[in-house]
Amino acid sequence: MPSHSFIQVAPNAYLPKEAEVIEFVKETKQIFTLHLRLTVPIEHATYTYDPGQFNMLYLYGVGEVAISIVSDPEHEDLLTHTINPVGRVTKGLAQLQVGQHLGIRGPFGRGWPMREAEGKDVIIISGGLGKAPIISVIHYMLRRRERFGHVTIVRKVKNVEEFIWPRLYEPWKKLPDTTILVASTQGAPDWPWEVSPKLKILEKVKIRSERTIVMMCGPEGMMCSATEYLVKLGIPERAIYMSLERNMQCAIGHCGHCQFGDKFICKDGPVYSYPEIKDLLGRRGF
Amino acid sequence: MKFLPREKFQNLLNVLRREGYHCIGPQVKNGAIVYDTINKVTELPIGIHDKQAPGQYRLENTDDSRYFAWANGPQAIKPLTFTPRESLWRVKRNREGEIRFLETLPEEQAIAVIGVRSCDMVAMLLQDQHFCYQKYPDVYYSSRRRGLFLIAVDCSHPADTCFCHSTGDGPSVNVGFDMALTELDEGFLVRVRSVNGRALLTDLPLKEVTKEQRTLAKRQHQIAIEAQKRRLPSLYKEASLAELEHPRWEEIAQRCLSCSNCTSVCPTCFCHSEGETPSLDGRTSEHYREWDSCFTVGHSYMHNFVPRDSTMLRYRQWLVHKLCIWHKQYGRSGCVGCGRCITWCPVGIDITEEATIICGEKNHAQS
Repeated sequence: MPSHSFIQVAPNAYLPKEAEVIEFVKETKQIFTLHLRLTVPIEHATYTYDPGQFNMLYLYGVGEVAISIVSDPEHEDLLTHTINPVGRVTKGLAQLQVGQHLGIRGPFGRGWPMREAEGKDVIIISGGLGKAPIISVIHYMLRRRERFGHVTIVRKVKNVEEFIWPRLYEPWKKLPDTTILVASTQGAPDWPWEVSPKLKILEKVKIRSERTIVMMCGPEGMMCSATEYLVKLGIPERAIYMSLERNMQCAIGHCGHCQFGDKFICKDGPVYSYPEIKDLLGRRGF
Repeated sequence: MKFLPREKFQNLLNVLRREGYHCIGPQVKNGAIVYDTINKVTELPIGIHDKQAPGQYRLENTDDSRYFAWANGPQAIKPLTFTPRESLWRVKRNREGEIRFLETLPEEQAIAVIGVRSCDMVAMLLQDQHFCYQKYPDVYYSSRRRGLFLIAVDCSHPADTCFCHSTGDGPSVNVGFDMALTELDEGFLVRVRSVNGRALLTDLPLKEVTKEQRTLAKRQHQIAIEAQKRRLPSLYKEASLAELEHPRWEEIAQRCLSCSNCTSVCPTCFCHSEGETPSLDGRTSEHYREWDSCFTVGHSYMHNFVPRDSTMLRYRQWLVHKLCIWHKQYGRSGCVGCGRCITWCPVGIDITEEATIICGEKNHAQS
């Protein structure tokens, strides 16, 4: 092996950039949103990504965590992350205040198939807390509404506490050519939406044309069931996309933790079309 | 091909050192053959033979005058490029809370490694694919890799646990080296593959190779092949995932300690985790990576879901990944037949035996 063949000049994808907290929003008792700005202006100005991609956020002295980007790539406030503090790093991030600094690497991964979705009816399904990766795609479409056909947004939660951002849904309901379907397994006294088990809410989804594309995010069991149901209704498998989640540390396909069969979810995913992953989806141990 | 007489072997080391290489070679340390700095050929394991079996490794002194009459010890050359622990960057924090990231790339060093076996050579080429030739080249791995000058040695004394012939990766070395040696009783046959290797030849007291020496080398190669009784079944080449529910997986899990010895000695395993060491004064912190293993619970851990929460699932992940999934990821199996995972498994689990049973392939020759 001629040793000079090893790449000499490559950007170091392991090295984070400094960012500052511009705004800290408490979404629920637990969940919060960080609005960030890269401290080097040119880096902030040139930063771009696709909906569905993620960043590695670094908290000083603690470590990194993979967080999906919920903002709009063409909006000035483009580095927004909504976080549920469940681990060592995210619990630390929850303590951040406006003006404090952290590190960012990214964007990484392959996002949602936005170009393919143009001109089609879009069904968006999310379950559990699998909301953040999908909220960016909803915002992206609603801001460019004319490029897409009928939009159906389905949100399924186990209990009403999982339903974050209730205030977003009311205005969406008023949008033309848009259907909003929300259901919870357990209801609550002032719950305005449906109470129904499992994915019963999907029965209300009307498939209006063959030109339909589905994007979903949530527990894998839910995504398997939803796919099975939609395929029966005649939606082709290749028109169903989903975002997967695994332990991610390097985000660039080196560390091996996120491997799902032959896929490195951090690099080839996290968004996959169903045929790409159907062999292993829902199988124990992968 | 040229011939280097045994009594002139030190000349090779001298030339390498004169060219500015830091030389690394095999030597006996704590009862095992490992790679370390070497200045004199007398530091090599002269006359040492080894006995390896599932869960067993023993060295013996003999009056053999050969330097390389043994099979690989626990350590591959992997640590030279993919180090067990390395700093990725440091971060400095000032009083205002601003942070600055400082790259900690390894210093490039010219290192000559003597005695690389074919299995380890191929394994390094596989790791090159993983770390260097994908979407994101690893600058840490690459800068270590660039400085290496690799002198391989054809394997003449495979261990009982070796099966490189069945994986197509040995016992003689064919790819990746700068210079390769075939050890005979009277000296070494020398061949080169790179510009750097060729440049060294002119400074060595080389002779023409005799017909008899060629015949001896061929015979030695043949004997090394025939000495290998273990083999890996070919069925796995189909990258079949059909055997995931085989009852043998549960049976292996009863024996497997999930200790991760196999992944530590494997020359192709690439998994690593990242960690953080903050200084006590709160001003700086080091971000590092270190080898990880798919046999740990933490490997697949997520806050709401641990995909591989049992030894069965972890062993299955290791074997199915190594033997099947590698085909899809890198175009070939991730096993190079070095047999280390068999020797260094404390309970002697034999990858060739398990793969054969799970594949259902017959005529698996047990030693």
